[in-house]
Amino acid sequence: MRFAVLADVHANLEAFRACLDHARARGADRIVLLGDLVGYGADPGAVLDLAMEEMGRGGLALLGNHDEAAIGTGATGMNDSAAAAISWTRAKLSETHRRFLGGLPLTIEEEGCLFVHADPSAPAKWRYVTDSESANRSLQATTAHATICGHVHRPALYSLGDTGKLIAFRPVEDAPVPLTRGRRWLGVLGAVGQPRDGNPAACYAIIDTHPMQVTWLRVPYDVATAAAKIRVAGLPPGLAERLFVGR
Amino acid sequence: MTREVGGFTVHEVLHEGGMAVLYRVTHPDHDLPMLMKVPRLREGEDPAAIVSFEMEQMIMPRLAGVHVPRFIALGGFEADPFIVMERVPGPALSIRLRDVPLPAEEVARIGAAVADALDALHHQHVVHLDVKPANIIFRETGEAVMVDYGLAHHERLPDLMAEEFRLPYGTVPYMAPEQALGIRNDPRSDIFSLGALMYQLATADLPFGEPQHLSGVKRRLWRDPVPPRRRRSNIPPWLQEVILRCLEVQPDARYPTAAQLAFELRNPSQIALTERAEKTRRDGFLTVLRRRLRRDAIQPRAFATARQVQSAPIVAIALDFTQMTEDLAAALRNQAYKMLASRPGARLACLNVLKTTLLSIDSTLDDQGRNRHVQRLVELQHWARPLGIAEGRATFHVLEGSDVADAIIDYARSNRVDHVVLGARESSLTRRLLGSVSGRVAAEAPCSVTVVRSRRTD
Repeated sequence: MRFAVLADVHANLEAFRACLDHARARGADRIVLLGDLVGYGADPGAVLDLAMEEMGRGGLALLGNHDEAAIGTGATGMNDSAAAAISWTRAKLSETHRRFLGGLPLTIEEEGCLFVHADPSAPAKWRYVTDSESANRSLQATTAHATICGHVHRPALYSLGDTGKLIAFRPVEDAPVPLTRGRRWLGVLGAVGQPRDGNPAACYAIIDTHPMQVTWLRVPYDVATAAAKIRVAGLPPGLAERLFVGR
Repeated sequence: MTREVGGFTVHEVLHEGGMAVLYRVTHPDHDLPMLMKVPRLREGEDPAAIVSFEMEQMIMPRLAGVHVPRFIALGGFEADPFIVMERVPGPALSIRLRDVPLPAEEVARIGAAVADALDALHHQHVVHLDVKPANIIFRETGEAVMVDYGLAHHERLPDLMAEEFRLPYGTVPYMAPEQALGIRNDPRSDIFSLGALMYQLATADLPFGEPQHLSGVKRRLWRDPVPPRRRRSNIPPWLQEVILRCLEVQPDARYPTAAQLAFELRNPSQIALTERAEKTRRDGFLTVLRRRLRRDAIQPRAFATARQVQSAPIVAIALDFTQMTEDLAAALRNQAYKMLASRPGARLACLNVLKTTLLSIDSTLDDQGRNRHVQRLVELQHWARPLGIAEGRATFHVLEGSDVADAIIDYARSNRVDHVVLGARESSLTRRLLGSVSGRVAAEAPCSVTVVRSRRTD
């Protein structure tokens, strides 16, 4: 099985489409949407329509904190521009979209992989896995051979072996890493719709299950259009500007 | 008695090492000689055996080419893990240790073959980190094959050995000083180990003995080895130059790439000799003391594997004097200058092909032939003089062959050239009659090719 795992699309239709096309060209069997389909970007409706289409083709989707906020009542813990984007988004969603988001699970386990949006040790708390300490907490709390999360917008790979030593690795673009059997692995994806690692190209990953390996990929997309839509929509201009630099 | 593992029939034990056991295996779908490597996972075994086997499982499937045993299969993920790979039939280089000291030409031949193999690995993002006679096997066709990737570093994969263990792993007599400090991503560490190996082949002694503790290994950060010519006075200065340059403490002072080392070993007459070549004794007490006290000043600096390899290309420039105009000669010089200026580690091989016909293949043996050869050499040197390249950084070669394009392509292949530069034929008539050499080289060379043409004025 070849999964294409897309995290943090954030209503960026241009980036989403570019990654889906790329994943199809790479022979992905199933699309996994790792949460935060909406928030920040200007195309929540179109992104959700496309996501539902993928579900119809056997795709999987998870709930993210922005999705939860967009169908809930508040945006607790979010900064001003994120909160502004959430209230803008809320008004754009149809009943179908709300029902779709409301039905998304927090975790899915398939073929030895645990998929989750944020810290897998407490998926509903939306904590970040940003360093060895939080990665260790996550790996201690799970049993899957490979756990894949997003939420951080910066790619990373962690591993825990029998010696108890946590290993951290910064993935290299398009270089498959075998997830060997002797240890357990935690892959943190970059973002499709709002990369923050200094590289403006959209980020997603391909996961092969036999033998298990993960490949981080970068896909250039039409940033100018995505940013222009954010400005026209009247969303905070910083949300458009950051897309050009990937910060 | 045989048993089946993962579809492979397991035959006798070929070798029992400290970290793994090798078995001969066969399989109906594969007709090449194969071995199965199984790690020692018993209670009480070194945990490094498991981790290094994991590294090998990660790295081996990603390697390709003649200098690596062909990877066949991984298996036993749930129970007993194994790797199946090609069994390279030739003997390991360790068998030659019986015959040391070897003649200089033999040391250079072996050294160049191993450097070729290391260059192939470095280009695949791998530093071997355990270059020693037992890990080098020669194919019947002469190529060196590097085996055992348990201690290797792959710069695009997590380095489990580095993360799991604070102590460096490696083979003490051959280990580079920076390895003793825990640096694992510098391809020049392999060049150091190859230098130690050539030292041993040439002198019959190990350059740093066999220290039992890490502190003894760290000594090589400040204590230089006895110059090889002091041990064996018949070792030529060029070989001492090469060996001692490989054994420099600072990676920056060694050959920048294994390809350049191989190149020097194949062209001993063009090696620029420095004071290393004539050194007759080790550095004096005060020099050593100064180095020892200023430890921070000699902390070797690591370079990422691919970046280091790319920083020092071998550029070959093919010059055809029968077609040369002053404009084209200048345009070619300008191109060479641009390619060398930005990369201090780059070197230039200036080539000219002396066309031989099949009938007079040995004409170069007579005086006239020798004169032609020498004349071409001085023309190459004359062309290069305005570039002002330091001695040793540019070399000059007159190749012979009945087909110019073939000669250039073969040269590029066997010398691991990174970039070929050549001039376009000026006249379209000759090109039509003789075919385009540049076109064939561009299509068939195993590297980048730049064709230079002086701008036409209409």
